[in-house]
Amino acid sequence: MRLPERGLEYPRYTNMKVTEKDVANVADLANLELTADERGVLLRDLNSILEYIDRLNQLDTTHVPPMSEGHAKAAGYTSAGREDILEGLRKSLPHAVALQNAPDSDGTFFKVPKVIER
Amino acid sequence: MDLNALTIDGARSAVQAREITATSLAEAFYSKIEKDDPQIGAYLTLSKERALAQAARMDSLAAKGEPLPPLGGVPVGIKDVMVTHGVRTTAGSKILGNYIPPYDCTAVTRMEDAGAVLLGKLNCDEFAMGSSNENSAWHPVHNPRDLSRVPGGSSGGSAAAVAANMAVATLGSDTGGSIRQPASFCGVVGLMPTYGRVSRYGLIAFASSLDRIGPLTNTVKDGATVLRTIAGRDPMDSTSADVPVPDYVAELEKPVRGLRLGVAREYFGEGLDPEVRKSVEAAIQKLAKLGCEIIPVSLPHTEYAIPTYYIVATAEASSNLARFDGVRYGYRAGDARTLSEMYRRSRDQGFGAEVKRRIMLGTYALSAGYYEAYYLKAQKVRTLLVRDFDEAFKKVDAIVTPTSPTAAFRLGEKVDDPLSMYLADIFTVTADLAGIPGISVPCGNTKENLPVGLQILGKHFDEAMILRVAHAYEQAS
Repeated sequence: MRLPERGLEYPRYTNMKVTEKDVANVADLANLELTADERGVLLRDLNSILEYIDRLNQLDTTHVPPMSEGHAKAAGYTSAGREDILEGLRKSLPHAVALQNAPDSDGTFFKVPKVIER
Repeated sequence: MDLNALTIDGARSAVQAREITATSLAEAFYSKIEKDDPQIGAYLTLSKERALAQAARMDSLAAKGEPLPPLGGVPVGIKDVMVTHGVRTTAGSKILGNYIPPYDCTAVTRMEDAGAVLLGKLNCDEFAMGSSNENSAWHPVHNPRDLSRVPGGSSGGSAAAVAANMAVATLGSDTGGSIRQPASFCGVVGLMPTYGRVSRYGLIAFASSLDRIGPLTNTVKDGATVLRTIAGRDPMDSTSADVPVPDYVAELEKPVRGLRLGVAREYFGEGLDPEVRKSVEAAIQKLAKLGCEIIPVSLPHTEYAIPTYYIVATAEASSNLARFDGVRYGYRAGDARTLSEMYRRSRDQGFGAEVKRRIMLGTYALSAGYYEAYYLKAQKVRTLLVRDFDEAFKKVDAIVTPTSPTAAFRLGEKVDDPLSMYLADIFTVTADLAGIPGISVPCGNTKENLPVGLQILGKHFDEAMILRVAHAYEQAS
Protein backbone atom coordinates (compact mmCIF):
# COMPACT_ATOMS: atom_id res chain seq x y z
CA MET A 1 0.00 0.00 0.00
CA ARG A 2 1.60 3.20 -1.16
CA LEU A 3 1.09 6.61 0.31
CA PRO A 4 2.79 9.62 -1.19
CA GLU A 5 6.11 10.07 0.57
CA ARG A 6 5.95 13.76 0.07
CA GLY A 7 2.95 15.91 -0.74
CA LEU A 8 2.58 19.28 -2.28
CA GLU A 9 3.97 22.29 -0.53
CA TYR A 10 0.54 23.35 0.63
CA PRO A 11 0.17 26.87 1.93
CA ARG A 12 -0.11 27.27 5.69
CA TYR A 13 -3.74 27.78 6.54
CA THR A 14 -4.82 30.53 8.81
CA ASN A 15 -7.94 28.61 9.69
CA MET A 16 -7.62 24.92 8.94
CA LYS A 17 -11.01 23.36 8.38
CA VAL A 18 -10.01 19.89 9.45
CA THR A 19 -8.02 19.36 12.63
CA GLU A 20 -6.11 16.31 13.86
CA LYS A 21 -9.03 15.60 16.15
CA ASP A 22 -11.44 15.66 13.17
CA VAL A 23 -9.26 13.19 11.29
CA ALA A 24 -9.36 10.85 14.29
CA ASN A 25 -13.16 11.20 14.61
CA VAL A 26 -13.78 10.65 10.92
CA ALA A 27 -11.44 7.63 10.84
CA ASP A 28 -13.48 6.26 13.71
CA LEU A 29 -16.75 6.76 11.82
CA ALA A 30 -15.25 5.19 8.70
CA ASN A 31 -13.94 2.13 10.58
CA LEU A 32 -10.35 2.90 9.72
CA GLU A 33 -7.43 2.83 12.12
CA LEU A 34 -4.74 4.66 10.09
CA THR A 35 -1.08 5.05 11.02
CA ALA A 36 0.28 8.34 12.33
CA ASP A 37 1.88 8.94 8.91
CA GLU A 38 -1.42 8.35 7.12
CA ARG A 39 -3.20 10.72 9.46
CA GLY A 40 -0.66 13.42 8.73
CA VAL A 41 -1.01 13.05 4.97
CA LEU A 42 -4.82 12.98 5.22
CA LEU A 43 -4.89 16.08 7.42
CA ARG A 44 -3.03 17.96 4.72
CA ASP A 45 -4.95 16.46 1.76
CA LEU A 46 -8.41 16.96 3.28
CA ASN A 47 -7.67 20.60 4.04
CA SER A 48 -6.32 21.19 0.57
CA ILE A 49 -9.28 19.48 -1.16
CA LEU A 50 -11.90 21.11 1.07
CA GLU A 51 -10.38 24.52 0.45
CA TYR A 52 -10.82 23.89 -3.27
CA ILE A 53 -14.38 22.65 -2.71
CA ASP A 54 -15.18 25.88 -0.85
CA ARG A 55 -15.62 27.63 -4.18
CA LEU A 56 -19.13 26.13 -4.26
CA ASN A 57 -20.03 28.81 -1.73
CA GLN A 58 -19.62 31.44 -4.44
CA LEU A 59 -23.00 30.21 -5.71
CA ASP A 60 -26.27 31.24 -4.13
CA THR A 61 -28.33 28.06 -4.07
CA THR A 62 -31.01 29.21 -1.61
CA HIS A 63 -33.84 28.57 -4.06
CA VAL A 64 -32.30 25.69 -5.99
CA PRO A 65 -33.70 22.21 -5.28
CA PRO A 66 -31.12 19.44 -4.76
CA MET A 67 -30.76 16.87 -7.49
CA SER A 68 -32.09 13.62 -6.14
CA GLU A 69 -33.63 11.08 -8.41
CA GLY A 70 -32.89 13.99 -10.69
CA HIS A 71 -31.82 11.80 -13.55
CA ALA A 72 -35.21 10.21 -13.61
CA LYS A 73 -37.06 13.51 -13.61
CA ALA A 74 -34.69 15.05 -16.13
CA ALA A 75 -35.27 12.18 -18.46
CA GLY A 76 -39.01 11.95 -17.95
CA TYR A 77 -39.13 8.46 -16.55
CA THR A 78 -39.47 7.16 -13.05
CA SER A 79 -37.46 4.23 -11.81
CA ALA A 80 -40.30 1.86 -11.24
CA GLY A 81 -40.98 -0.37 -8.31
CA ARG A 82 -42.13 -3.87 -8.93
CA GLU A 83 -44.62 -6.40 -7.71
CA ASP A 84 -43.67 -8.12 -4.48
CA ILE A 85 -42.64 -11.65 -5.40
CA LEU A 86 -42.53 -14.38 -2.78
CA GLU A 87 -38.95 -15.49 -3.40
CA GLY A 88 -37.70 -12.29 -4.96
CA LEU A 89 -36.49 -12.05 -8.55
CA ARG A 90 -33.83 -14.62 -7.92
CA LYS A 91 -33.68 -17.39 -5.37
CA SER A 92 -31.34 -16.77 -2.48
CA LEU A 93 -27.90 -18.30 -2.82
CA PRO A 94 -27.56 -21.77 -1.32
CA HIS A 95 -25.75 -21.78 2.03
CA ALA A 96 -22.54 -23.29 0.75
CA VAL A 97 -22.29 -20.77 -2.09
CA ALA A 98 -23.03 -17.80 0.16
CA LEU A 99 -20.27 -18.91 2.52
CA GLN A 100 -17.66 -19.83 -0.12
CA ASN A 101 -15.89 -16.44 0.05
CA ALA A 102 -16.06 -16.15 3.83
CA PRO A 103 -12.69 -15.62 5.54
CA ASP A 104 -13.99 -17.81 8.38
CA SER A 105 -17.18 -19.84 8.81
CA ASP A 106 -18.44 -22.95 10.52
CA GLY A 107 -20.47 -24.09 7.54
CA THR A 108 -23.66 -22.46 8.86
CA PHE A 109 -22.58 -19.01 10.03
CA PHE A 110 -19.92 -16.44 9.31
CA LYS A 111 -17.44 -16.47 12.20
CA VAL A 112 -15.95 -13.29 13.66
CA PRO A 113 -13.76 -12.49 16.66
CA LYS A 114 -15.35 -11.89 20.03
CA VAL A 115 -17.55 -8.83 20.30
CA ILE A 116 -16.44 -7.02 23.43
CA GLU A 117 -17.66 -3.48 23.03
CA ARG A 118 -19.27 -1.25 20.42
CA MET B 1 -6.13 -11.65 -42.21
CA ASP B 2 -4.81 -9.94 -39.06
CA LEU B 3 -7.02 -11.73 -36.59
CA ASN B 4 -6.28 -9.29 -33.78
CA ALA B 5 -7.30 -6.23 -35.77
CA LEU B 6 -10.81 -7.42 -36.65
CA THR B 7 -13.92 -5.37 -35.93
CA ILE B 8 -16.97 -6.98 -34.32
CA ASP B 9 -18.66 -7.58 -37.68
CA GLY B 10 -15.38 -8.74 -39.23
CA ALA B 11 -14.80 -11.30 -36.50
CA ARG B 12 -18.39 -12.52 -36.44
CA SER B 13 -18.65 -12.89 -40.23
CA ALA B 14 -15.32 -14.70 -40.43
CA VAL B 15 -16.50 -17.19 -37.81
CA GLN B 16 -19.92 -17.46 -39.47
CA ALA B 17 -18.36 -18.13 -42.88
CA ARG B 18 -15.98 -20.62 -41.23
CA GLU B 19 -12.93 -18.80 -42.54
CA ILE B 20 -11.69 -19.09 -38.98
CA THR B 21 -13.04 -20.78 -35.89
CA ALA B 22 -14.01 -18.84 -32.79
CA THR B 23 -11.64 -21.16 -30.94
CA SER B 24 -8.62 -20.23 -33.09
CA LEU B 25 -9.63 -16.57 -32.83
CA ALA B 26 -9.69 -16.76 -29.02
CA GLU B 27 -6.33 -18.55 -29.09
CA ALA B 28 -4.87 -15.84 -31.34
CA PHE B 29 -5.92 -13.26 -28.76
CA TYR B 30 -4.46 -15.27 -25.88
CA SER B 31 -1.14 -15.54 -27.81
CA LYS B 32 -1.16 -11.80 -28.35
CA ILE B 33 -1.87 -11.22 -24.66
CA GLU B 34 0.92 -13.60 -23.67
CA LYS B 35 3.35 -11.78 -25.96
CA ASP B 36 2.39 -8.11 -25.40
CA ASP B 37 0.64 -7.83 -22.06
CA PRO B 38 3.77 -8.24 -19.91
CA GLN B 39 4.77 -4.77 -21.18
CA ILE B 40 1.26 -3.24 -20.93
CA GLY B 41 -0.40 -4.85 -17.90
CA ALA B 42 -4.01 -4.61 -19.09
CA TYR B 43 -5.24 -7.98 -17.83
CA LEU B 44 -5.54 -9.06 -14.21
CA THR B 45 -7.18 -12.46 -14.69
CA LEU B 46 -7.69 -14.63 -17.78
CA SER B 47 -10.82 -16.77 -18.09
CA LYS B 48 -9.55 -19.24 -20.68
CA GLU B 49 -11.80 -22.15 -19.79
CA ARG B 50 -14.93 -20.02 -19.97
CA ALA B 51 -13.75 -18.37 -23.22
CA LEU B 52 -12.95 -21.63 -24.98
CA ALA B 53 -16.26 -23.21 -23.93
CA GLN B 54 -18.15 -20.24 -25.40
CA ALA B 55 -15.99 -20.31 -28.55
CA ALA B 56 -16.79 -24.00 -29.00
CA ARG B 57 -20.52 -23.19 -28.75
CA MET B 58 -20.15 -20.54 -31.46
CA ASP B 59 -18.14 -22.93 -33.65
CA SER B 60 -20.80 -25.59 -33.37
CA LEU B 61 -23.51 -23.06 -34.34
CA ALA B 62 -21.43 -21.99 -37.35
CA ALA B 63 -20.75 -25.60 -38.31
CA LYS B 64 -24.49 -26.26 -38.38
CA GLY B 65 -24.95 -23.22 -40.57
CA GLU B 66 -27.06 -21.48 -37.95
CA PRO B 67 -26.87 -17.68 -37.76
CA LEU B 68 -24.53 -16.42 -35.04
CA PRO B 69 -25.78 -13.84 -32.56
CA PRO B 70 -24.51 -10.23 -33.02
CA LEU B 71 -21.28 -10.77 -31.04
CA GLY B 72 -20.88 -14.45 -32.03
CA GLY B 73 -17.24 -15.46 -31.42
CA VAL B 74 -16.06 -11.91 -30.69
CA PRO B 75 -13.25 -11.82 -28.06
CA VAL B 76 -13.97 -9.26 -25.35
CA GLY B 77 -12.55 -8.15 -22.00
CA ILE B 78 -14.38 -6.89 -18.91
CA LYS B 79 -13.23 -4.25 -16.42
CA ASP B 80 -12.57 -5.91 -13.10
CA VAL B 81 -15.35 -3.97 -11.33
CA MET B 82 -18.01 -6.16 -12.96
CA VAL B 83 -18.58 -9.48 -11.21
CA THR B 84 -18.12 -12.72 -13.15
CA HIS B 85 -19.40 -16.05 -11.88
CA GLY B 86 -16.46 -18.25 -10.93
CA VAL B 87 -13.86 -15.80 -12.29
CA ARG B 88 -11.84 -13.80 -9.74
CA THR B 89 -13.05 -10.19 -9.50
CA THR B 90 -10.90 -7.77 -7.51
CA ALA B 91 -12.04 -4.23 -8.46
CA GLY B 92 -8.30 -3.53 -8.56
CA SER B 93 -8.18 -3.88 -4.78
CA LYS B 94 -6.32 -6.12 -2.34
CA ILE B 95 -9.44 -6.24 -0.21
CA LEU B 96 -11.06 -8.39 -2.93
CA GLY B 97 -7.85 -10.22 -3.87
CA ASN B 98 -9.38 -13.69 -3.63
CA TYR B 99 -13.01 -12.88 -4.37
CA ILE B 100 -14.75 -15.41 -6.63
CA PRO B 101 -18.24 -14.03 -7.33
CA PRO B 102 -21.21 -16.41 -7.17
CA TYR B 103 -23.10 -14.59 -9.96
CA ASP B 104 -22.69 -12.58 -13.18
CA CYS B 105 -23.13 -8.87 -13.83
CA THR B 106 -26.13 -8.31 -16.16
CA ALA B 107 -24.00 -6.50 -18.76
CA VAL B 108 -21.64 -9.51 -18.86
CA THR B 109 -24.58 -11.93 -19.18
CA ARG B 110 -25.96 -9.89 -22.08
CA MET B 111 -22.56 -9.86 -23.83
CA GLU B 112 -22.23 -13.64 -23.50
CA ASP B 113 -25.87 -14.23 -24.51
CA ALA B 114 -25.00 -12.30 -27.66
CA GLY B 115 -22.13 -14.70 -28.33
CA ALA B 116 -19.13 -12.77 -26.98
CA VAL B 117 -16.09 -14.74 -25.85
CA LEU B 118 -14.92 -13.43 -22.46
CA LEU B 119 -11.09 -13.42 -22.52
CA GLY B 120 -10.58 -12.08 -19.01
CA LYS B 121 -10.77 -9.27 -16.50
CA LEU B 122 -9.12 -5.90 -17.03
CA ASN B 123 -6.97 -3.79 -14.77
CA CYS B 124 -8.34 -0.54 -13.34
CA ASP B 125 -7.82 1.95 -10.56
CA GLU B 126 -8.85 0.51 -7.19
CA PHE B 127 -12.67 0.61 -7.02
CA ALA B 128 -12.53 2.76 -10.20
CA MET B 129 -11.05 5.66 -8.22
CA GLY B 130 -8.42 7.34 -10.34
CA SER B 131 -7.54 8.95 -13.64
CA SER B 132 -4.30 7.16 -14.51
CA ASN B 133 -4.73 3.50 -13.50
CA GLU B 134 -1.83 4.02 -11.07
CA ASN B 135 -4.17 3.32 -8.14
CA SER B 136 -4.50 -0.34 -9.10
CA ALA B 137 -3.37 -2.42 -6.11
CA TRP B 138 -1.80 -4.92 -8.53
CA HIS B 139 0.26 -3.08 -11.13
CA PRO B 140 -0.03 0.00 -13.31
CA VAL B 141 -1.09 -0.16 -16.98
CA HIS B 142 1.23 1.28 -19.63
CA ASN B 143 -0.23 3.21 -22.57
CA PRO B 144 0.26 1.07 -25.71
CA ARG B 145 1.05 4.23 -27.70
CA ASP B 146 3.93 5.18 -25.39
CA LEU B 147 4.85 2.80 -22.61
CA SER B 148 6.23 5.60 -20.41
CA ARG B 149 2.76 7.15 -20.21
CA VAL B 150 -0.46 6.32 -18.37
CA PRO B 151 -3.43 4.86 -20.26
CA GLY B 152 -5.80 7.11 -18.33
CA GLY B 153 -8.26 5.81 -15.79
CA SER B 154 -10.03 4.36 -14.23
CA SER B 155 -10.82 1.97 -17.14
CA GLY B 156 -7.13 2.01 -18.18
CA GLY B 157 -6.93 -1.73 -18.83
CA SER B 158 -10.14 -1.63 -20.91
CA ALA B 159 -8.76 1.15 -23.13
CA ALA B 160 -5.25 -0.30 -23.41
CA ALA B 161 -6.53 -3.79 -24.30
CA VAL B 162 -8.54 -2.41 -27.24
CA ALA B 163 -5.73 -0.09 -28.37
CA ALA B 164 -3.21 -2.96 -28.30
CA ASN B 165 -5.60 -5.35 -30.10
CA MET B 166 -5.77 -7.63 -27.08
CA ALA B 167 -9.59 -7.57 -27.26
CA VAL B 168 -12.00 -6.53 -30.01
CA ALA B 169 -14.18 -4.70 -27.50
CA THR B 170 -14.21 -4.19 -23.75
CA LEU B 171 -16.59 -2.96 -21.09
CA GLY B 172 -15.57 -0.15 -18.78
CA SER B 173 -17.34 1.97 -16.19
CA ASP B 174 -17.58 5.76 -15.96
CA THR B 175 -18.18 7.74 -12.77
CA GLY B 176 -16.22 10.93 -13.51
CA GLY B 177 -14.76 10.22 -16.96
CA SER B 178 -13.41 6.71 -16.52
CA ILE B 179 -14.47 5.45 -19.97
CA ARG B 180 -13.95 8.58 -22.08
CA GLN B 181 -10.66 9.86 -20.66
CA PRO B 182 -8.74 6.56 -21.07
CA ALA B 183 -10.32 6.12 -24.53
CA SER B 184 -8.94 9.55 -25.40
CA PHE B 185 -5.46 8.77 -23.98
CA CYS B 186 -5.20 5.43 -25.81
CA GLY B 187 -6.75 6.51 -29.13
CA VAL B 188 -9.91 4.39 -29.04
CA VAL B 189 -13.66 5.04 -28.91
CA GLY B 190 -15.27 5.17 -25.45
CA LEU B 191 -19.00 5.57 -24.87
CA MET B 192 -20.72 6.47 -21.61
CA PRO B 193 -24.47 5.89 -22.02
CA THR B 194 -27.21 7.85 -20.25
CA TYR B 195 -27.68 7.17 -16.52
CA GLY B 196 -30.18 4.30 -16.40
CA ARG B 197 -29.55 3.07 -19.95
CA VAL B 198 -27.47 0.05 -18.94
CA SER B 199 -28.17 -2.14 -15.91
CA ARG B 200 -25.60 -1.94 -13.13
CA TYR B 201 -26.58 -5.19 -11.48
CA GLY B 202 -23.24 -6.80 -10.61
CA LEU B 203 -21.20 -3.62 -10.99
CA ILE B 204 -19.22 -3.12 -7.76
CA ALA B 205 -20.63 0.22 -6.62
CA PHE B 206 -18.46 3.33 -6.32
CA ALA B 207 -20.93 6.27 -6.48
CA SER B 208 -24.45 5.08 -7.13
CA SER B 209 -25.89 8.32 -8.54
CA LEU B 210 -23.05 8.48 -11.11
CA ASP B 211 -21.76 4.98 -12.02
CA ARG B 212 -22.40 3.75 -15.57
CA ILE B 213 -21.24 0.85 -17.73
CA GLY B 214 -20.27 1.36 -21.38
CA PRO B 215 -18.12 0.03 -24.23
CA LEU B 216 -14.58 0.79 -25.44
CA THR B 217 -13.93 -0.19 -29.04
CA ASN B 218 -11.79 0.61 -32.07
CA THR B 219 -14.70 1.93 -34.13
CA VAL B 220 -17.89 3.87 -33.41
CA LYS B 221 -19.94 1.16 -35.10
CA ASP B 222 -18.54 -1.45 -32.71
CA GLY B 223 -19.50 0.82 -29.81
CA ALA B 224 -23.06 1.03 -31.20
CA THR B 225 -23.19 -2.75 -31.53
CA VAL B 226 -22.11 -3.31 -27.92
CA LEU B 227 -24.49 -0.67 -26.57
CA ARG B 228 -27.40 -2.28 -28.45
CA THR B 229 -26.43 -5.54 -26.73
CA ILE B 230 -26.19 -4.30 -23.13
CA ALA B 231 -28.82 -1.51 -23.04
CA GLY B 232 -32.36 -1.79 -21.70
CA ARG B 233 -34.39 -2.33 -18.56
CA ASP B 234 -33.25 -5.03 -16.16
CA PRO B 235 -35.61 -5.99 -13.32
CA MET B 236 -32.54 -6.66 -11.13
CA ASP B 237 -31.57 -2.96 -11.21
CA SER B 238 -34.36 -0.61 -10.13
CA THR B 239 -32.38 2.37 -11.52
CA SER B 240 -32.30 0.91 -15.03
CA ALA B 241 -34.73 2.81 -17.23
CA ASP B 242 -37.73 1.39 -19.02
CA VAL B 243 -37.01 3.39 -22.16
CA PRO B 244 -37.08 1.82 -25.66
CA VAL B 245 -33.64 0.94 -27.06
CA PRO B 246 -33.22 2.06 -30.67
CA ASP B 247 -31.16 0.15 -33.23
CA TYR B 248 -28.01 2.20 -32.70
CA VAL B 249 -26.21 0.59 -35.63
CA ALA B 250 -28.98 1.45 -38.11
CA GLU B 251 -29.13 5.01 -36.74
CA LEU B 252 -25.44 5.57 -37.58
CA GLU B 253 -26.16 5.96 -41.24
CA LYS B 254 -28.54 8.89 -40.87
CA PRO B 255 -27.08 12.09 -42.36
CA VAL B 256 -25.48 14.71 -40.13
CA ARG B 257 -26.06 17.61 -42.51
CA GLY B 258 -28.10 20.29 -40.79
CA LEU B 259 -27.44 19.05 -37.27
CA ARG B 260 -26.70 21.82 -34.75
CA LEU B 261 -23.55 21.29 -32.72
CA GLY B 262 -22.82 23.42 -29.67
CA VAL B 263 -19.35 24.65 -28.75
CA ALA B 264 -19.03 25.88 -25.16
CA ARG B 265 -16.28 28.38 -24.48
CA GLU B 266 -15.93 27.06 -20.92
CA TYR B 267 -14.24 23.98 -22.41
CA PHE B 268 -11.64 25.95 -24.34
CA GLY B 269 -10.20 28.16 -21.61
CA GLU B 270 -7.09 28.22 -19.49
CA GLY B 271 -5.44 24.85 -18.89
CA LEU B 272 -6.31 23.41 -22.29
CA ASP B 273 -3.13 22.15 -23.96
CA PRO B 274 -2.56 24.09 -27.23
CA GLU B 275 -2.03 20.94 -29.27
CA VAL B 276 -5.24 19.41 -27.94
CA ARG B 277 -7.06 22.63 -28.76
CA LYS B 278 -5.71 22.57 -32.31
CA SER B 279 -6.82 18.97 -32.93
CA VAL B 280 -10.29 19.54 -31.45
CA GLU B 281 -10.81 22.78 -33.39
CA ALA B 282 -9.78 20.99 -36.59
CA ALA B 283 -12.31 18.27 -35.81
CA ILE B 284 -15.04 20.86 -35.32
CA GLN B 285 -14.10 22.40 -38.69
CA LYS B 286 -14.43 18.98 -40.26
CA LEU B 287 -17.90 18.54 -38.79
CA ALA B 288 -18.82 21.97 -40.17
CA LYS B 289 -17.63 20.83 -43.61
CA LEU B 290 -19.91 17.81 -43.29
CA GLY B 291 -22.82 20.24 -43.05
CA CYS B 292 -23.23 20.62 -39.29
CA GLU B 293 -24.09 24.05 -38.01
CA ILE B 294 -21.67 25.16 -35.26
CA ILE B 295 -23.40 27.23 -32.57
CA PRO B 296 -21.78 28.86 -29.53
CA VAL B 297 -23.40 27.80 -26.25
CA SER B 298 -22.63 28.57 -22.62
CA LEU B 299 -22.35 26.13 -19.73
CA PRO B 300 -21.59 28.70 -17.03
CA HIS B 301 -21.34 26.35 -14.04
CA THR B 302 -18.66 24.12 -15.58
CA GLU B 303 -15.98 25.37 -13.19
CA TYR B 304 -17.99 24.06 -10.24
CA ALA B 305 -18.21 20.53 -11.58
CA ILE B 306 -15.00 19.12 -10.05
CA PRO B 307 -15.68 20.33 -6.49
CA THR B 308 -19.29 19.10 -6.81
CA TYR B 309 -18.08 15.75 -8.06
CA TYR B 310 -15.61 15.24 -5.24
CA ILE B 311 -18.33 15.72 -2.67
CA VAL B 312 -21.02 13.58 -4.33
CA ALA B 313 -18.69 10.79 -5.42
CA THR B 314 -16.76 10.49 -2.15
CA ALA B 315 -19.87 10.73 0.03
CA GLU B 316 -21.54 7.92 -1.90
CA ALA B 317 -18.31 5.90 -1.96
CA SER B 318 -17.89 6.14 1.80
CA SER B 319 -21.31 4.56 2.16
CA ASN B 320 -20.89 1.93 -0.60
CA LEU B 321 -17.47 0.81 0.64
CA ALA B 322 -18.71 0.27 4.20
CA ARG B 323 -19.63 -3.27 3.12
CA PHE B 324 -15.97 -4.30 2.95
CA ASP B 325 -15.45 -5.36 6.54
CA GLY B 326 -13.78 -8.75 6.35
CA VAL B 327 -16.88 -10.70 7.46
CA ARG B 328 -18.59 -12.21 4.42
CA TYR B 329 -15.94 -12.00 1.68
CA GLY B 330 -12.63 -10.38 0.93
CA TYR B 331 -9.55 -9.75 3.01
CA ARG B 332 -9.57 -10.18 6.79
CA ALA B 333 -6.69 -9.00 8.97
CA GLY B 334 -5.35 -11.95 10.93
CA ASP B 335 -4.22 -10.30 14.12
CA ALA B 336 -7.45 -8.80 15.47
CA ARG B 337 -8.69 -9.76 18.93
CA THR B 338 -12.07 -8.02 18.77
CA LEU B 339 -14.67 -7.49 16.09
CA SER B 340 -14.03 -3.77 16.05
CA GLU B 341 -10.29 -4.29 15.60
CA MET B 342 -10.99 -6.76 12.81
CA TYR B 343 -13.11 -4.27 10.88
CA ARG B 344 -10.53 -1.52 11.20
CA ARG B 345 -7.43 -3.54 10.45
CA SER B 346 -9.03 -5.38 7.53
CA ARG B 347 -9.97 -2.07 5.94
CA ASP B 348 -6.66 -0.41 6.84
CA GLN B 349 -4.64 -3.20 5.28
CA GLY B 350 -7.04 -3.95 2.42
CA PHE B 351 -7.65 -0.47 0.98
CA GLY B 352 -5.08 1.65 -0.87
CA ALA B 353 -4.20 5.28 -0.15
CA GLU B 354 -6.57 6.93 -2.66
CA VAL B 355 -9.53 4.81 -1.55
CA LYS B 356 -8.89 5.75 2.08
CA ARG B 357 -8.53 9.41 1.12
CA ARG B 358 -11.94 9.34 -0.58
CA ILE B 359 -13.62 7.37 2.19
CA MET B 360 -12.30 9.95 4.68
CA LEU B 361 -13.41 12.93 2.57
CA GLY B 362 -16.85 11.39 1.98
CA THR B 363 -17.33 10.43 5.62
CA TYR B 364 -16.34 13.95 6.66
CA ALA B 365 -18.81 15.48 4.19
CA LEU B 366 -21.64 13.32 5.52
CA SER B 367 -20.75 13.64 9.22
CA ALA B 368 -22.97 15.44 11.72
CA GLY B 369 -23.18 19.15 11.04
CA TYR B 370 -21.59 19.04 7.58
CA TYR B 371 -24.29 17.37 5.46
CA GLU B 372 -25.92 20.66 4.46
CA ALA B 373 -22.66 22.47 3.83
CA TYR B 374 -21.29 19.76 1.56
CA TYR B 375 -23.52 16.98 0.20
CA LEU B 376 -26.72 19.01 0.03
CA LYS B 377 -24.85 22.01 -1.40
CA ALA B 378 -23.22 19.80 -4.04
CA GLN B 379 -26.57 18.25 -5.01
CA LYS B 380 -27.98 21.77 -5.48
CA VAL B 381 -25.06 22.82 -7.66
CA ARG B 382 -25.69 19.65 -9.61
CA THR B 383 -29.15 20.95 -10.42
CA LEU B 384 -27.50 24.10 -11.82
CA LEU B 385 -25.26 21.95 -14.03
CA VAL B 386 -28.31 20.07 -15.33
CA ARG B 387 -30.03 23.39 -16.09
CA ASP B 388 -26.93 24.53 -18.03
CA PHE B 389 -27.26 21.51 -20.29
CA ASP B 390 -31.05 21.84 -20.55
CA GLU B 391 -30.65 25.42 -21.78
CA ALA B 392 -27.92 24.49 -24.25
CA PHE B 393 -29.87 21.55 -25.66
CA LYS B 394 -32.76 23.86 -26.51
CA LYS B 395 -30.46 25.29 -29.17
CA VAL B 396 -28.34 22.33 -30.24
CA ASP B 397 -28.53 18.58 -30.94
CA ALA B 398 -25.15 17.76 -29.38
CA ILE B 399 -22.18 19.53 -27.80
CA VAL B 400 -18.56 19.02 -28.89
CA THR B 401 -15.61 19.50 -26.52
CA PRO B 402 -12.13 18.14 -25.87
CA THR B 403 -12.33 14.92 -23.82
CA SER B 404 -9.33 15.81 -21.67
CA PRO B 405 -7.31 19.03 -21.31
CA THR B 406 -4.08 17.16 -22.13
CA ALA B 407 -2.88 14.06 -23.92
CA ALA B 408 -1.63 11.12 -21.83
CA PHE B 409 0.74 12.22 -19.06
CA ARG B 410 3.76 10.30 -17.78
CA LEU B 411 3.55 7.51 -15.23
CA GLY B 412 4.34 8.98 -11.82
CA GLU B 413 3.78 12.56 -12.98
CA LYS B 414 0.74 13.27 -10.80
CA VAL B 415 0.72 10.55 -8.13
CA ASP B 416 1.79 12.87 -5.31
CA ASP B 417 -0.78 15.53 -6.10
CA PRO B 418 -4.39 14.36 -5.70
CA LEU B 419 -5.92 17.69 -6.69
CA SER B 420 -4.01 17.93 -9.96
CA MET B 421 -5.02 14.32 -10.71
CA TYR B 422 -8.68 15.21 -10.04
CA LEU B 423 -8.46 18.06 -12.55
CA ALA B 424 -7.68 15.56 -15.34
CA ASP B 425 -11.45 14.87 -15.34
CA ILE B 426 -12.52 18.50 -15.73
CA PHE B 427 -14.25 18.06 -19.14
CA THR B 428 -15.79 14.67 -18.42
CA VAL B 429 -17.37 15.00 -14.94
CA THR B 430 -20.08 17.38 -16.11
CA ALA B 431 -21.86 14.68 -18.10
CA ASP B 432 -21.61 12.23 -15.20
CA LEU B 433 -23.19 14.77 -12.84
CA ALA B 434 -25.94 15.67 -15.31
CA GLY B 435 -26.75 12.07 -16.25
CA ILE B 436 -26.34 12.69 -19.99
CA PRO B 437 -24.45 10.45 -22.46
CA GLY B 438 -21.01 11.21 -23.88
CA ILE B 439 -18.59 9.63 -26.32
CA SER B 440 -14.88 10.14 -26.96
CA VAL B 441 -13.66 9.55 -30.50
CA PRO B 442 -10.00 9.87 -31.63
CA CYS B 443 -9.26 13.17 -33.40
CA GLY B 444 -5.62 13.25 -34.41
CA ASN B 445 -2.35 13.19 -32.53
CA THR B 446 0.03 15.56 -30.82
CA LYS B 447 3.56 16.13 -32.17
CA GLU B 448 4.70 13.37 -29.83
CA ASN B 449 2.21 11.06 -31.56
CA LEU B 450 -0.12 10.87 -28.56
CA PRO B 451 -3.82 10.55 -29.35
CA VAL B 452 -6.31 13.35 -28.73
CA GLY B 453 -10.01 12.73 -28.06
CA LEU B 454 -13.06 14.65 -29.27
CA GLN B 455 -15.94 14.44 -26.79
CA ILE B 456 -19.54 14.60 -28.01
CA LEU B 457 -22.26 15.08 -25.39
CA GLY B 458 -25.96 14.43 -26.01
CA LYS B 459 -29.39 14.72 -24.47
CA HIS B 460 -30.69 12.14 -22.04
CA PHE B 461 -31.28 8.82 -23.86
CA ASP B 462 -30.07 10.27 -27.15
CA GLU B 463 -27.01 8.05 -27.58
CA ALA B 464 -28.10 7.56 -31.21
CA MET B 465 -27.32 11.23 -31.91
CA ILE B 466 -23.81 11.27 -30.45
CA LEU B 467 -22.97 7.94 -32.09
CA ARG B 468 -24.15 9.34 -35.42
CA VAL B 469 -22.00 12.47 -35.14
CA ALA B 470 -19.00 10.43 -33.95
CA HIS B 471 -19.45 7.95 -36.81
CA ALA B 472 -19.68 10.71 -39.43
CA TYR B 473 -16.52 12.33 -38.07
CA GLU B 474 -14.67 9.00 -37.93
CA GLN B 475 -15.64 8.11 -41.51
CA ALA B 476 -14.52 11.52 -42.77
CA SER B 477 -11.16 11.50 -40.95
